[in-house]
Amino acid sequence: MIFSSQVMQTWSLVALCVLLGAVTRWGVSFNSYSGAAKPPMFGDYEAQRHWQEVTYNLPLQQWYFNTTDNDLNYWGLDYPPLTAYHSLLCAYVAKRINPEWVELHTSRGHESPAHKLFMRASVLVADLLIYLPAVVLYCLCLTDGSPRKKVSILLCTLLYPGLILIDYGHFQYNGVSLGLALWAMWALGLGWDALGSMAFCLALSYKQMELYHALPFFCYLLGKCFKQGILGQGFFLLVRIGVTVLLTLALCWLPFLSDPSQASQVLRRIFPVARGLFEDKVANAWCSLNILIKIRSILSSDSQFYLSLACTVLAVLPSSVRLLTKPTFWQFKLALVNSSLAFFLFSYQVHEKSILLASLPACLLLSDLPLIAIWFLQISTFSMLPLLLKDGLLVPYAATSLAFLYFSMYLLSPLKHCTEEELRMGAYRRILFFLPKLDLGCAVRWKFYLSILAMAALSIASVAVSPPPHLPDLFPVLISTFAFVHFLGMFVYFNIVQFTEPPSKKSQKKIN
Amino acid sequence: TPGPKMASAVDHWFMALALGVSLLKCLFINAYRSTDFEVHRNWLAITHSLPVSRWYYENTSAWTLDYPPLFAWFELGLSHVGRHFDENMLRIQREAYHSEATVLFQRLSVIATDLMYILATRECCRSVSVQKASKDILNRPSFVLAVLLLFNFGLLIVDHIHFQYNGFLMGFLLLSVAKHLQSQHLQGALLFSVLLNLKHIYLYVAPAYGVYLLRSYCFTKDHPDGRLNWRSFSLLRFFALGSIVVSVTALSFGPFVAMGQLPQVLSRLFPFKRGLCHAYWAPNAWALYNAADKGLAVLGLRLGLVESGPQASMTGGLVQEFRHTVLPSVSPSVTLPSCLCAVCLFLFGWHVHEKAVLIAILPLSVLAVQSREDAGIFLILSTTGHYSLFPLIFTAAAAPEVSLMLLFTLFSFCALTKLHRCSLLGFLERLYLLGVAAVCAVCEIVLPLSPLGARLPFLPLLLTSVYCAAGVAYCFTRLYGSLLRTPGHSKAKTS
Repeated sequence: MIFSSQVMQTWSLVALCVLLGAVTRWGVSFNSYSGAAKPPMFGDYEAQRHWQEVTYNLPLQQWYFNTTDNDLNYWGLDYPPLTAYHSLLCAYVAKRINPEWVELHTSRGHESPAHKLFMRASVLVADLLIYLPAVVLYCLCLTDGSPRKKVSILLCTLLYPGLILIDYGHFQYNGVSLGLALWAMWALGLGWDALGSMAFCLALSYKQMELYHALPFFCYLLGKCFKQGILGQGFFLLVRIGVTVLLTLALCWLPFLSDPSQASQVLRRIFPVARGLFEDKVANAWCSLNILIKIRSILSSDSQFYLSLACTVLAVLPSSVRLLTKPTFWQFKLALVNSSLAFFLFSYQVHEKSILLASLPACLLLSDLPLIAIWFLQISTFSMLPLLLKDGLLVPYAATSLAFLYFSMYLLSPLKHCTEEELRMGAYRRILFFLPKLDLGCAVRWKFYLSILAMAALSIASVAVSPPPHLPDLFPVLISTFAFVHFLGMFVYFNIVQFTEPPSKKSQKKIN
Repeated sequence: TPGPKMASAVDHWFMALALGVSLLKCLFINAYRSTDFEVHRNWLAITHSLPVSRWYYENTSAWTLDYPPLFAWFELGLSHVGRHFDENMLRIQREAYHSEATVLFQRLSVIATDLMYILATRECCRSVSVQKASKDILNRPSFVLAVLLLFNFGLLIVDHIHFQYNGFLMGFLLLSVAKHLQSQHLQGALLFSVLLNLKHIYLYVAPAYGVYLLRSYCFTKDHPDGRLNWRSFSLLRFFALGSIVVSVTALSFGPFVAMGQLPQVLSRLFPFKRGLCHAYWAPNAWALYNAADKGLAVLGLRLGLVESGPQASMTGGLVQEFRHTVLPSVSPSVTLPSCLCAVCLFLFGWHVHEKAVLIAILPLSVLAVQSREDAGIFLILSTTGHYSLFPLIFTAAAAPEVSLMLLFTLFSFCALTKLHRCSLLGFLERLYLLGVAAVCAVCEIVLPLSPLGARLPFLPLLLTSVYCAAGVAYCFTRLYGSLLRTPGHSKAKTS
C-alpha cells in the first residue's frame, strides 16, 4: 500500500511544493538585506554576523557581558542561548571557508557577495532541516481533506510572504524558532505531549518571543492533565511533561546555570525593560493610541509597563481559561492565534516582526477558516511594508504578496466557503439581530475586497507618492493604523469563534 | 481543433501557471547578470540617441549592434519606455551602466516580452488538447506541456538570470509552428520571417522550414498513395509565401539598403573575423548537407503527412535540423583546428551550445507529451542540456539553479511517466542520468577542493561538456532513427 500510485503522486507533489518553496526563498535572497551598506551600525544581517564573531572568539562566560572585547552596544547578544550555539556552529563553517568573516574586531561591517551567499545559505539550511519538514508533516497529518487539498494548504503555507521576506530578505532566523514551535504543535496534535513540550522548550530557548505561544501550550497541557484526572493518569502526564520541560531547559541553559550572575545577565539581555512602550511604527494598540493621545509622554515608564501588563493579561485571559476548560486541538489552534495577537496588540516593546508569531497559527487555520486566514496573512505581510521598503525589498514584496494572494484564492477557493455557518458568524448574527436581512457572508466578502484594494492602493502610494513635508511619517502611520484596525477586528473574531461551539459533523463534511 | 468549452478550461489553470512563472521571474530581477545585460543596454542607447544611419557604424562600446534591423527597431521601441525609468541608461558610453532603475526596466522588459512566449505556449497546448481529457487537470497533456514550456529551466536561466530575450524569440518560433499545425500556413510564414529578421541565428532552421512550406503548402495535392504530385504545384501560393518573406525583409533591411549600408550590416551580422568563425562554419557546412539531404527530409515529411495533419512530423523535421547543427558544436574537438586553446574552445562551444540546446528542447516538449519514445528522449536531452547550462551561471554555489533544475526535472519525470503510464527510460539511460548528478558533484564539490582542480582549471568544463555531448549525441541518433522509422512511428502518434 505504501507504494500505491496515489501515495507516490502525493509525495511527488509534496516534493515539488517544497522545491517551489525553496526556489521562491532563493529568489528573495538575491535582494538586499537589512542595513546593507549603511555604516556604522548596519542592521540585523551584521548583528547575526557579529554574533558568529563573538561566540567563536570569546569564551562562553563573556558572551552576554560587556567587556573590552565584547561591546554590548554594538549588537550585543539579546536572544537566549540556543541562538548563540547556532551562531557558533555557523561560525565554525565560516572559519573553514574564509576566516576573515569572523575575525574578532576586524570583521566588523564585513560585506561581500561570497559572505552574503554563505549567510543566505545558512538560513536555507536551517529551514530545510527544521521549518520545511515541520510544515510538510503538519499539513499531511493534521489537515482535513483530500490529499490534493493537503498539498494545496502546504503550498500556500510555504508561500506565506511574511516569513520569507523577513528571513530571506531582512535577514533573520525565525524559521528555526517557528519551525521548532510547529514541531511542538504537530506533536501535540498527535498526542505526543512530552515530545511537544521538549520541542517548545527548544523554541523558547531559541527566541524569547515564543513566550507569546507559551500560555496556550501551558493551558492546553494542564487542561489535558485535569481532564484525565489529576489524581490518576493526569498526574503522571503532568509529571512527565514537567520533567521533560525542566530537563530540556536545563540542558539548553546548562553552561549559564553554574553562576547566578550569568543567568541573571542573560535574562537582563533578553528582556530589556528599559526600552519604552514601543519603537518605530508598529500596528499595535499603543502606537495607534499614541496618534490620538501621547501616552508615552503622559505616563511614566513604570506605569506604562504596568498598563501594558494589565491590558495584555486581560486580553489573553478569556482565551486561556476557555482552553483550560476545553483542551481540544481546535481550541488550542485558536488560542495560539488569540494569545499571540493579544501579546502583539498590548504588550511592551513589540516589533513589527512579532506579527509572525501570530501568522504561524493563522497558517494552521487555512483549512478551517480559509478566507479569514488568508486575509490575516495578507494584512500581516502588509503591516511590515515600511520595514521592507527600508530594506529595499519592494519587488520581492510585490511579487510574493501577489503570488500568495492569487494562489491561495485559486487553490483553496475561500470565496466559495463563505456562508455564515462556515464563517462561524452565529454570534455576530445574534448581535446584529436588528438587521435580519443582512447577509453576513456577503458583507465579509465585500469587506475583504475593499481591504485588498486599500492595501494595494496604500502600497503603491507609499512608493510613488511623497508625503507632505509636515507629515513625513504619513504612510507608515497610515499603514500601521490600517493594519491595527484589522488585527483588532480579527482578534475579536477569533475570540468569538473560540467561544462558539464547533460545527456539527454534518456541516463539517460540507465544508470539506 | 478543440471546442469552446475546452478553450475556456485551458484558460483557467493556464492563467495561474502564466502568472506564477511571471512572478517567479520577478524574484530573479536582482540575481547575477552577465555582460549580455550591458550589451542590450548599449543597444537601447544606440538606437535611441543616434540616427538610423549610424546604428551599424557605432562602436564606442565593445558591444556593437549585431542583430538584424528588426531587433534594432524593437530596442528603439523599448528605449522609449526606458526613458521614463532612467534617462542615463540611454547615454552611449564605454563603461557599463547599471543603476537600479536600469536593471528593473530591462528585467521587466524581458518578463513583459515573454508574453509572446506565453501566447505561443497557449497555442501549442490547444493543439495537443485531446477530446476526452482526463478529469484530473494535472494529468492532461496540455497541462504537462504548459508546465514543461513555461517553466523550462534553460529558458529561465538564460533569459532571466544570464539576460537575453530568447523567450520572446522562441515565442515567435513556437507560434509559427502552432499556426502550421492549425493549417494557417501564411500566418506561420509571416511569424517566421519576422523571427528571422529579429535574430538571424534561426537561419539554421530556415532550410527545413522552407522545404516543409514548399511541400505542404505549395504542392496542393498528393497522389493517392502519398507520393508527391509535382504537377499540383501552385504558383499563386508560392508567390504568396515569397511576397510575405520578401516584404518583411524589405521592411527590416529596406532603410539600410536605401542608404547603401547593406555590406556594413551584413559584416556586423556575420563577423568572420572575431573567432566566432567556427560557430558559423558549422551551420554552413551542415546547411549544405541539409540541402543535399532534402530528399530524406521530404521522404520523412511525406510519410508523416499521410494520415493526420502535420502534427508531430513538422517539429520532428525541425528537431532533425537542430541535431545537425548541435552535434559539431557540442563536440568541438572534432571540428576545431588544434591551434585554438582549450578555454576558447569551450567558451565558443557554449555560445552556440546554449541556444541550440534550448531550440531543441522546446519543440521536443511538444512531442514528448504525445509520444512515449519522444518522452524518453526528451527526459535525457532536457536533463543533460539543462545541466550543460550551469557553467553559464558563474556563482560560487549553484544552489538556486540546482533547486530550480531539480524542480523542473522532477516534474518532467513524474508528469511524463504518469501521462504515458509506463516507465520511459531503460536501465543504461537511468545510469547515464545518475551520472549527471555524479559529474555535478565532482565539478562543484570535489574538484574545487582537490589539488587536481587547482592545476587544471578547465577540467570541470571539459567533463561537463564531454559528458553532456555524449547524451546529446545519443538523443540525436535516437531522434534520427525514429524519424526514419516514421511509418510505424506516425501510426503510434495518431493513435
